[in-house]
Amino acid sequence: MTLILAELAWWQQTSIRVVVGLVAVLIPAGTLVYLHLFKLVSFMQSRLGPMEAGPYGSLQLLAEVGKFIQKEDIVPRRADRFVFKAAPFVVLVSTFLLVVVLPGGPDAFFIDNDLGIYLALAVSSVSVIGILMAGWGSASKYSLMGGLRATGQLIAYELPLILAVVGVVIQAETMNMQGIVLAQADGEIFGWGGIGNPFVITQFVGFAVFMIAMQAELTQTPFDMPVAESELVTGYMTEYSGLRFLLFFIGEFATAGVFSAIAAVLFLGGWYVPGLDPADNLFNVLGPVVLMVKIVGLSFLIFWFRFTFPRFREDQLQRLAWKFLIPIALANIVVTGVLKVLV
Amino acid sequence: MTAAPPAAGEQLRYIAGQAADARVNLEIETEGMTLNIGPQHPATHGTLRIVAKLDGEQVIAAEPVMGYMHRGYEKLAEVRTYPQVTTLINRIDWLGSFANEVPFILAAEQLMEVEAPLRAQWIRTALFELSRIANVTLFLGDMAVQVGAITPVFFAFRDREHVLNQIEAATGGRFHPNFDRIGGLKDDLPAGWAAETKQALKKIRNFCDQIEELVEGNEIFQARTRGIGVIPAKVGLGYGLSGANIRASGVDWDLRRDAPCGLVHDQLDWRVWTHPDGDSFARFWVRLQETREATRMVDQLLDGLPPGPIMAKVPRIIKVPAGEAYVETENPLGIMGYYVVSKGDLAPFRVKIRSASFSNVSITPWLLKGVYVPDIITILGSLYFILGDIDR
Repeated sequence: MTLILAELAWWQQTSIRVVVGLVAVLIPAGTLVYLHLFKLVSFMQSRLGPMEAGPYGSLQLLAEVGKFIQKEDIVPRRADRFVFKAAPFVVLVSTFLLVVVLPGGPDAFFIDNDLGIYLALAVSSVSVIGILMAGWGSASKYSLMGGLRATGQLIAYELPLILAVVGVVIQAETMNMQGIVLAQADGEIFGWGGIGNPFVITQFVGFAVFMIAMQAELTQTPFDMPVAESELVTGYMTEYSGLRFLLFFIGEFATAGVFSAIAAVLFLGGWYVPGLDPADNLFNVLGPVVLMVKIVGLSFLIFWFRFTFPRFREDQLQRLAWKFLIPIALANIVVTGVLKVLV
Repeated sequence: MTAAPPAAGEQLRYIAGQAADARVNLEIETEGMTLNIGPQHPATHGTLRIVAKLDGEQVIAAEPVMGYMHRGYEKLAEVRTYPQVTTLINRIDWLGSFANEVPFILAAEQLMEVEAPLRAQWIRTALFELSRIANVTLFLGDMAVQVGAITPVFFAFRDREHVLNQIEAATGGRFHPNFDRIGGLKDDLPAGWAAETKQALKKIRNFCDQIEELVEGNEIFQARTRGIGVIPAKVGLGYGLSGANIRASGVDWDLRRDAPCGLVHDQLDWRVWTHPDGDSFARFWVRLQETREATRMVDQLLDGLPPGPIMAKVPRIIKVPAGEAYVETENPLGIMGYYVVSKGDLAPFRVKIRSASFSNVSITPWLLKGVYVPDIITILGSLYFILGDIDR
């Protein structure tokens, strides 16, 4: 993309990037909602899911969006109006900032940042502020408890998430997302380079920790204490309706898509498929498709867990993070570091 | 979240803000929060309201507020003839409706000194146990929803359907059969019903296995339920708990075995399940075993179904002789009893309904003290009440 964009003016480049960014957030989100939330779950629960809107219910999401847009945008009387109204946008900002570091091919990326993964982990924390704003601004006890629980949980699981990434960064010797993909494409597993080195093989501990922490970051079951619909009545989202609820909804699934994409880049080789030359121009077209397939695969895991497990209690999930995941992630870093020096 | 200044001007609000800041700065002063769980709340599956006083997420005191669904059945029963009452009381525990009719009909039969023919008794018992299965199956799925797993409840709805179909095939009503009559039953079973029911029971047993693997064996489920809401046997008996709730506390007490009246449980080969722990997990576990046991019972009932009439000789217009009778049976939710006073009229003079859920919920103030907010839901779910059964 950079090659094509280089001849355009700055504003033209920027507008193209914004449009592509929107597409890159919304297409995976829509796909995940349809494939996983509507269909996969329905099959797991012995029902059909939406069947009427469009062939095989594929346009159901549009119908839902239309429904939400028509609904009244209710603001509770005692709510902190500005904070309440701004909160969903803050959550969405975090998602859109996350997507910019994702590479879709050797030349198809938004920004080529040497601190790519660092930036991603940093902006992913912005959503905490939005959730806290929603919880506090709603002037509802359920929302407040949901917001506080979410904050505690997201802060706790940020650590294992970051520590799991450190192992990858040590192995790839770069924080550049593009560099991490290339390191996996050109890498070798203890001297054998048949399929490159997708870090899911050498960093399987990191991968497991990352997936668990990611599940918690996305507040999906078993870590959905903050939204707990049978208890807190969806927590910080309780008072939201109409468009703003839709924004939270999009934020939830778009973030699931983007986090899956980050996991795919870090552990599954991103846009790369083994057996082809990573410098091939073909990957600028094929890459986004490959990435999308990997996103769907990884998010399948997320939603599989989500619809199978009961949820942890707040203290249990804190214990899991601090006493279990963080020590494992630290041990993983030590082992990776030692092996990196020795091998 | 204290009360906002009452429609105050800018100045008043400023002063209030300053005062609040000063308080926070002087010492971090915490105050309790009252959380109203219900009347409209997904975990109360109905309109129960729990007023919980919280300190952080810990419950200091909790009180159930009942009566949002009071329909006055005891009073309504007084202005209806005996056969009409069964239509009403079907709606008390709406998930196991047929079981509601049985103790009332038995009480009326006791007063009239008629006894249903043997075949009617066997079919009655079979339908009684089928309604238990229909009821408890839903609990097994619902309990998982209360702790956050949403898939099992769909399995529960799917497999309960098989039982409901059989109840419908026999009685004509899926939820409210209104099938029991003084002196017997409305109809005989349709042809081929026994074989189909056995198929349905097989599916229920599969469902039980599925739940055992999916829910009961799940580490998170166990972590959420084990040791949560422990009811010692003595306390439970003191609060009048009954059914699986008290059997989960290790009390070996089941009216089907200990005081059979009019039902033929004593002629079947089955056992009463108890669990020593008394926590939420034990209540789930006992109900799961009881569902299996009930399928076994229905199987035996279908095999041994005696031939004969299904209706005893009763007058066309039922007038119950003066007297009093109290009959209680082991219903899906616990012990349900009807105290029927007759003055020899077409309608009962007074009916007092002892429903299981009312007593089961009354333990919540004792049980919820000191637990955390998520555990309130686990405990309420595991106590398993039906709102209609609480308020009547």
